[in-house]
Amino acid sequence: MRDAAIRTSGLTKIYGDIVAVDHVEFEVRRGEIVGLLGGNGAGKTTTIAMLLGLLLPTAGTIEVLGIDMLRHRYRALPRMNFSSPYIDLPKRLTVRENLTVYAELYGLKNSRARVEKMAGDLGIADFLGRPNGELSSGQRTRVAIAKSLINAPELLLLDEPTASLDPDTADWVRRYLLGYARDAGATILLASHNMLEVERLCTETIMMKEGRIVDKGAPADLIARYGRQTLEEVFLDIARGTSSDMKSAAQ
Amino acid sequence: MSEFELSGRRILAMVKRYLYLLRGSLPRIIDLIYWPTVSMLMWGLLTQFLVTKSSFIAQAAGLLISGVLLWDVMFRGNIGIALSFLEEMWSRNLAQLFASPLRAWEWGVALFVVAMIRTLIGMVPAALLAIPLYHFSIFDMGWALVAFFFNLLVFGSAIGIAMSGLVLRWGLGAESLCWAGIFLIAPITGVYYPIAILPDWLQPFAWALPSTHVFEGMRAVLIDHAMRFDLLWNAIGLNVIYLAIAFGLFLLIFRDARFRGTLLQMGE
Repeated sequence: MRDAAIRTSGLTKIYGDIVAVDHVEFEVRRGEIVGLLGGNGAGKTTTIAMLLGLLLPTAGTIEVLGIDMLRHRYRALPRMNFSSPYIDLPKRLTVRENLTVYAELYGLKNSRARVEKMAGDLGIADFLGRPNGELSSGQRTRVAIAKSLINAPELLLLDEPTASLDPDTADWVRRYLLGYARDAGATILLASHNMLEVERLCTETIMMKEGRIVDKGAPADLIARYGRQTLEEVFLDIARGTSSDMKSAAQ
Repeated sequence: MSEFELSGRRILAMVKRYLYLLRGSLPRIIDLIYWPTVSMLMWGLLTQFLVTKSSFIAQAAGLLISGVLLWDVMFRGNIGIALSFLEEMWSRNLAQLFASPLRAWEWGVALFVVAMIRTLIGMVPAALLAIPLYHFSIFDMGWALVAFFFNLLVFGSAIGIAMSGLVLRWGLGAESLCWAGIFLIAPITGVYYPIAILPDWLQPFAWALPSTHVFEGMRAVLIDHAMRFDLLWNAIGLNVIYLAIAFGLFLLIFRDARFRGTLLQMGE
C-alpha cells in the first residue's frame, strides 16, 4: 500500500452548539484523486480548511504528507496548495502580480519563469497584465488554478473548482487537473457538488452528511452498492436519507 | 521550519504585493501626499501669524510645523499598517495568504516596511515644501530627526498592529478603529504643547507613551538646541514594550481566528 497523503483521525470541529465536523476519519493515498461529497453544510469546506491549517480542530489529528499538521504545518504548506471560488485573489492586482507574489511566497527561485510557464499552460498569457477583478469568472478560475499549481504541489485541495463555469471551461479545467495529477503524481482532494465531475476525475469518494462520513468507495462501487445508475442518484439517496433502504434493496 | 522563522524572500513578496497596489493607483499616491501637505500649510500659516504675536514662537518658529510633520509620521505608521491589513480583508485574501508558508511575523515585518515607505512618500514632499514657504527645514534636526522618525513610526505601527488585531477579532464593523484609535492619545502626547500643562493626574499616562518622549525631545532640539538622549532611550524602551504587546495581542487573536474560522469568512 502506498503512503497516505492525508490521514485524519477523530477530526472534529464544534462551533458553540453546532457540530460542523464529527469524528471524521479517512485516508487519501498518494497519487489518488478523491472526491469529498456532500450537500451544503455537510462539512466539506470545514474539513478542507482544517487540512490547510486555516482552521484549528476541536479534536482529532491531521497528518498531511506524513507531517502532523497541528504541530508542524509549515513543513507541509510549501508542498501543498488549494483553490476555492469562495476565497479570492486581490482584484486590483494584475494576474502577473498576483502570481508573482504567490510564487515568491512559496519560495520559488525563478518566479518570472514559473509565472510564464503557468500562464502558457493555463491559457492566461493574454491577460497577465489585466487586474484580476476585470476578468470573467472562467478566466478568474483559471488564474486561481494557476495560483494553486504555482508551487507544483504534491497535494492539491480543491473546493468546487468548476462552480459557476460554463460546460466548456469546466471540461477544460477537469482535463487539465487530470493531466497535472497524472504527470506530477500529485494527490488531489476535490470537494464538489458536481457528480459527473467526480465520476470523471475521482478514483475514490468520501460521502459526508451533517459533519459525518456516511459512506466511502470508488464511484462505480457506490453506484452498484446503492443499485443506482449514476453517482448523482447515490448522492440524492444519501442527502434525502433514503440510502439505507436503497442499499438494503440492492443487496 | 518553525512558526517563528523569518524569510526575507517572503517578506519581500508581501512588500511587493502592497507596492504593486500603490503603483497601480495614482489617487492612492496623491492621497498619501495630500493630507500631510495640507496640514503643514495650515500650521505653517498659523505659525506665521503667531510669530508676530509671540516672542517665544518667534524664537522657535518650527515647533508647530515639526509637531504636525512628526505627528503625521506616527499617524501614517498606524494607518500604513492598518490599511494594508484592511486591503487583505476587503479582498478576502487572508485565507490565501495563510494557506501559504507565510508566517504572521513575516507579514507584520512586511506591513512595517510598507508603512515606512508610505510615510516617506507622504512626509518628504510636505517637509520639502516647508523650506521655501516658511524658511523652515525639519531636516536641520539631523540625526535627531532620524531617531524621532523611527520611534514614532514604530509606535504608530504598534498601534496599527493592535487595531488590526481588534478588526480581525470583531470584523470589518470595527474598521473605523484603524483610523480613529490613534487619536485617543493625540491630546495627551504633547504634539504641540509640553506635557507640563496637562493636569498632574494625567501626566504619568502621557509619560507612559513613547511618542511623548519624542515630542518633548523635539522641543528640546528646537528650543534649547540640545539632544535629550534620556528621552530618546525612554522612547526606545517603551517602543520595545508596546511593539511586543501589539504583536502578542495580534498573534493571540490570529490563533483565536483559526479556532473560530474567521480567516475564511472575512471580507466585504
